[in-house]
Amino acid sequence: MKLEFQLAFKNLFGARLRTLLNVLVLSFSFVIIIFLNSIMDGWDQQAQKDSIEWEFGEGHLIYEKYDPLDPYTILEGHSKIPLNLNGLTPILDHQAFIYPQGRMMSVVLKGIDIRQSVLKIPTHILKQSKESFPVIIGKRLAESAKLNKGDKVQLRWRDAKGTYDANTITIIDIFDSNVPNIDNGKIWIDINKLWQITGLENQASYFIVKDDFNKAAFPYWKFKSKESLLKNLKELIDQKKAGQSFIYGLLLAIALLAIFDTQILSIFRRQKEIGTYIALGMTRLKVVRLFTVEGSVYSILALLVGSIYGVPFFIYMAKSGFPIPPADQKMGIALADVIYPVYGLKLIFSTILTVIISATIVSYLPARKIAKLNPVLALKGKKQ
Amino acid sequence: MKKETIIKLKNLTKNYPVAGRDFPVLKGINLSINSSEFLGIIGPSGSGKTTLLNIIGSLDKPTNGEVNVLNKEIKSLNHKDAAELRNFHIGFIFQVFNLLPVYTVFENVEFALLLQKNTTKQRKNAVMEALEWVGLTEHANKKPDKLSGGESQRVAIARAMVKSPKLVLADEPTANLDAENAHAILKTMKKLNKELGTTFLFSTHDEKVMGYLDRKIFLRDGIVEKDEKYKS
Ligand SMILES: Nc1ncnc2c1ncn2[C@@H]1O[C@H](COP(=O)(O)OP(=O)(O)OP(=O)(O)O)[C@@H](O)[C@H]1O
Ligand SMILES: [Mg+2]
Repeated sequence: MKLEFQLAFKNLFGARLRTLLNVLVLSFSFVIIIFLNSIMDGWDQQAQKDSIEWEFGEGHLIYEKYDPLDPYTILEGHSKIPLNLNGLTPILDHQAFIYPQGRMMSVVLKGIDIRQSVLKIPTHILKQSKESFPVIIGKRLAESAKLNKGDKVQLRWRDAKGTYDANTITIIDIFDSNVPNIDNGKIWIDINKLWQITGLENQASYFIVKDDFNKAAFPYWKFKSKESLLKNLKELIDQKKAGQSFIYGLLLAIALLAIFDTQILSIFRRQKEIGTYIALGMTRLKVVRLFTVEGSVYSILALLVGSIYGVPFFIYMAKSGFPIPPADQKMGIALADVIYPVYGLKLIFSTILTVIISATIVSYLPARKIAKLNPVLALKGKKQ
Repeated sequence: MKKETIIKLKNLTKNYPVAGRDFPVLKGINLSINSSEFLGIIGPSGSGKTTLLNIIGSLDKPTNGEVNVLNKEIKSLNHKDAAELRNFHIGFIFQVFNLLPVYTVFENVEFALLLQKNTTKQRKNAVMEALEWVGLTEHANKKPDKLSGGESQRVAIARAMVKSPKLVLADEPTANLDAENAHAILKTMKKLNKELGTTFLFSTHDEKVMGYLDRKIFLRDGIVEKDEKYKS
């Protein structure tokens, strides 16, 4: 096998331009495959991290009548907070409307224990505020409602008895999070304030779990671990990944087609050479192997060439990140403005293996023909 | 040097299928060739010279008859054994040189040895010696496209000789060379034949070659028409 590799390298270096072209195309697919996947993995990791830090904590403990995905459950979806909370952060969701510039906008008031530190939402600001009705919102709501820091806006809600009430709230801070779920249409206030204005004293819709908690103390609450909460996100990203694999599948197919084509052509044109190999004492199977190895060597060269321009590119991308156009950010999952690619060993090795194996296969398919070649005709250069 | 029979042909026939029917090219050849002979198969175009050489060189199989080369029955050799026979014991020289274009002169000559189990040093010594025989040591690192026809054929001789084979088959080796180069090559081969005892079997219809041969086998219509031996 060593001999076949030696000869293959020599043959490929001898056929300069064709080799260069094939190697470049193949190396390009190497780099693109690794890059696209690393972006997806980077996004995946970033989205998971952000979702945990901003929304999920270690999980949610949700009142059994509450389904955060079903807005009709919000009215009844809360219950008295059990006595021993140790470490759980209560959140009460309540339907309301705001009237920015005279428009009516439906929002969810999210009352949260402002002493919490389990989520990154800067609730401590609410504590320091001297405003009579301070709230904080995220940048997405701020943008869609055209609200700025310090703005006041009219808020209307129903209390526990169903009576409408209204007041003016002050946006004391706008936080910047990658997680749309806690931002779009959400207004964060002190849970005490929410209890007070609604009369839903000591009620919560769900808790953010930090560490362990005593399940037995919460018979009417269902626990969703962060893993199960992340499942939706994972599914979405996996879907995106599948969509992308089409792109690089196509790219790889083009590169492999180029190799396949080169192989067919070269077996056709190198008849005399094949005959000479056999006359010099190679078996036809050895020649088949030689031509097959030539194809695999393309992928090895592509790996080398790809790393020459790919590695600096990867490093640069890891440092500067990959900017996501704003249009893509409206997808409803956590997506940062800039994604930092993550290059996993598994990704790199599986890509290398895929390319090398597929290049070897497409080289072998045409090379098989050599085993049936008549060496006498091959030596005469007769096309067989 | 003790003479021994290295090629023995008995009622050798070869048919090629042409348009669905068997077309006989060799029609019963009987020949016996000894070690250290310097001989040629002479015949007009299409008389079957190349076919005969290819069968002796185990590149082709006879249709019928016995072909014994270096104590091997060609008909019963499998691919691997035939390849090994060629690799170790038979050198080929072709009309159009058939050098491998991407390899240097050195690498072309070295090729057959790469298929054997020799050390780098052994290979290098053998290649340089072979290049010395043909006077091309200073061209070792050139690619074939930088060589003249005469030089190319000398590389081919070195390539055939590098493994010190018992037998060299040369199919019209002078057909693409001018007179001066043809004579130079023939002298080189004759010298190698004398010094190393290698058997050279030519196919030719070149007058220049005739003068060097110790034995001429005339082939016509697929049979041996005449077999002339001279004292060498
Ligand atoms: N593979 C083949 N299939 C069919 N016919 C063949 C094949 N090889 C050779 N022949 C025919 O056999 C005959 C002898 O061919 P061969 O090449 O042995 O002749 P030659 O004496 O070497 O001729 P030349 O001087 O032109 O090289 C020719 O008529 C040729 O067309
Ligand atoms: Mg011929």
